[in-house]
Amino acid sequence: MRREPARGLVQHLPVIFPGLMLTIFFIVPFGTMVAVSFFRRQQGGFYVPDFVLANYARFLTPFFGNVLVFSLYLAIAVAVVSLVIAVPFTYLIARSRRQTQVIWLVALLSILSLSEVIIGFAWSTLLSRTAGITNLLVWLGLMGAPQALVPSFEAVLTGMVYQAMPYAVLVLYPSMVRLDPTLTEAARTLGASPLKAFFTVVLPALRTTLIATLIMAFIFALGSYLLPQILGRPSHWTLSVLITDQALYQSNMPFAAAMAVFLVLVSLALVALTMFAGKKLEA
Amino acid sequence: MSGLVLKGVSRDFGPVKAVKDVDLEVPNGRFVCLLGPSGCGKTTLLRMIAGLDAPTTGTISIDGEDITHQPTHQRNLGMVFQSLALFPHLTVGGNIAYALRIRGLSKEEQARRVEELLALVHLPGYADRAVAKLSGGQRQRVAIARALAVSPRLFLLDEPLSALDAKLREAMQVELRQLQQQLGITTIVVTHDQREAMTMADTVIVMKGGEIRQAASPVEIYRKPADTFVADFIGSTNLIDIIRDGDRTVLLGRSSAVALPYGVSKATLSVRPEDIELAAPSPDLPEAKITFVRDLGGAIEFFLDASGTQVVAVTSPRARPQVTVGDRVGLRLDPAHSVVLTR
Repeated sequence: MRREPARGLVQHLPVIFPGLMLTIFFIVPFGTMVAVSFFRRQQGGFYVPDFVLANYARFLTPFFGNVLVFSLYLAIAVAVVSLVIAVPFTYLIARSRRQTQVIWLVALLSILSLSEVIIGFAWSTLLSRTAGITNLLVWLGLMGAPQALVPSFEAVLTGMVYQAMPYAVLVLYPSMVRLDPTLTEAARTLGASPLKAFFTVVLPALRTTLIATLIMAFIFALGSYLLPQILGRPSHWTLSVLITDQALYQSNMPFAAAMAVFLVLVSLALVALTMFAGKKLEA
Repeated sequence: MSGLVLKGVSRDFGPVKAVKDVDLEVPNGRFVCLLGPSGCGKTTLLRMIAGLDAPTTGTISIDGEDITHQPTHQRNLGMVFQSLALFPHLTVGGNIAYALRIRGLSKEEQARRVEELLALVHLPGYADRAVAKLSGGQRQRVAIARALAVSPRLFLLDEPLSALDAKLREAMQVELRQLQQQLGITTIVVTHDQREAMTMADTVIVMKGGEIRQAASPVEIYRKPADTFVADFIGSTNLIDIIRDGDRTVLLGRSSAVALPYGVSKATLSVRPEDIELAAPSPDLPEAKITFVRDLGGAIEFFLDASGTQVVAVTSPRARPQVTVGDRVGLRLDPAHSVVLTR
């Protein structure tokens, strides 16, 4: 379809408005951050405009390198676990009656109304020795004595998956509901067991959505800085925790900005890689 | 016996009885059409044969083997869905090879069989095309090829041609019938289109309200409908009341040569429009007034009012009587070409 090029202010308005919003709320703050990352920090003060690479140089130490690798590892783990749980869950919801769907979705979405702090402390209580779920297992005779499950990597992972789940389901649900149920039936008439049909037809047909979910959960997990502190040891702290620490407590804005820029670049690269892999799969 | 046998098959959805106590035998190699209005249970019946739905009561068997509770994927079927259900993530070749891949055939065997099937449905060289880039008719052919990939015992089609435009649909009906005869495969098609059923089937099964009303050859269904529903549903017909009056029968206010079965005092006569001849008014013939004439070129339809009863007669342009709207005519009904229906 061919369109006439837009002329005059009025016809350009639909483009100008979002452009303006994008500039004010994204490009300006992000640009500021990039600029600050090159500024020089003043000992005991704030920072002065300059162009130094010291902030980035400081970052290139094994300590921060390890934190970056751990942050990416944690975010990938959260994304994968969320997907593995959310896919069958959403599939079952999407195949159930309308009434049942609404109940499950409302229950799930109510998680979004909880603040990250509450989620963190709720899980730290649930996984504690004194009041945690291990007491339940002891009572059932499955365990000898109650045990503390926090702080640990698994606790951090659990809390973050819990938090990412509603988003994962929200991204998956529309595609799953729209997926033609006769596709699975067709696969079954062609000789595929229900489970085989799920893996050879449902998942491949939803490939794009699955990748979108993975990327969304990954980015979501990358920004988490409260749960690793509440549920993990210092060795489980992510780059986001360090950025917060530098920005708020050490008053080192230029270094915090440099780390943030680096994190954005690395995650963009990973997202691009995932999408590229998805395209490859399609071909 | 060999072939597909259904015995006392019913399916209830809560209080709704979708299929009621259906008995059906389809000998091997037969082409059967399940025909009926929407909601008559024909699709439910097909889905039970496919194993996608379980009968509430009754048994289904193929060649003597009871398959009532056998899972779909073990039944060795080929099925074409109304939505076609082509896998969007696979190419044409990938779709057709799906059943072969599931069964673990080698890549070479898959490719060979795919080319064979594509040739069969007149789409040679289409294996690498994307499904989304095909036309409606081409998708139809791919769906048929996919269903036939493993030489199934039963070939089931659920309203397979409903998405196609009228011209293409007629062409595909003929093609589907020829394909079935070439392969000699037992085929069951669900349709609500009586022309489609008449074109393709050896046996037409007319269903209504979850029950089989008549199962017979297309010509017999047309010529000897079992009841008023079948008569009206297959083609168009005139349903005229016929009453016993002493020794004679009365039809449209005139005494008639049509005989009623013993003990029946009132029935319905089904006369096809092409079996009504317009004649000059006469005291022996029922009289009618022409209310509308529809000249379709190939056929001319006369809409008539015979003392309150609407009657339609069709003639060919060559035999067209010189009459027009408002004229009074006599109706000549041939008893040999009409059917007395008592229910």
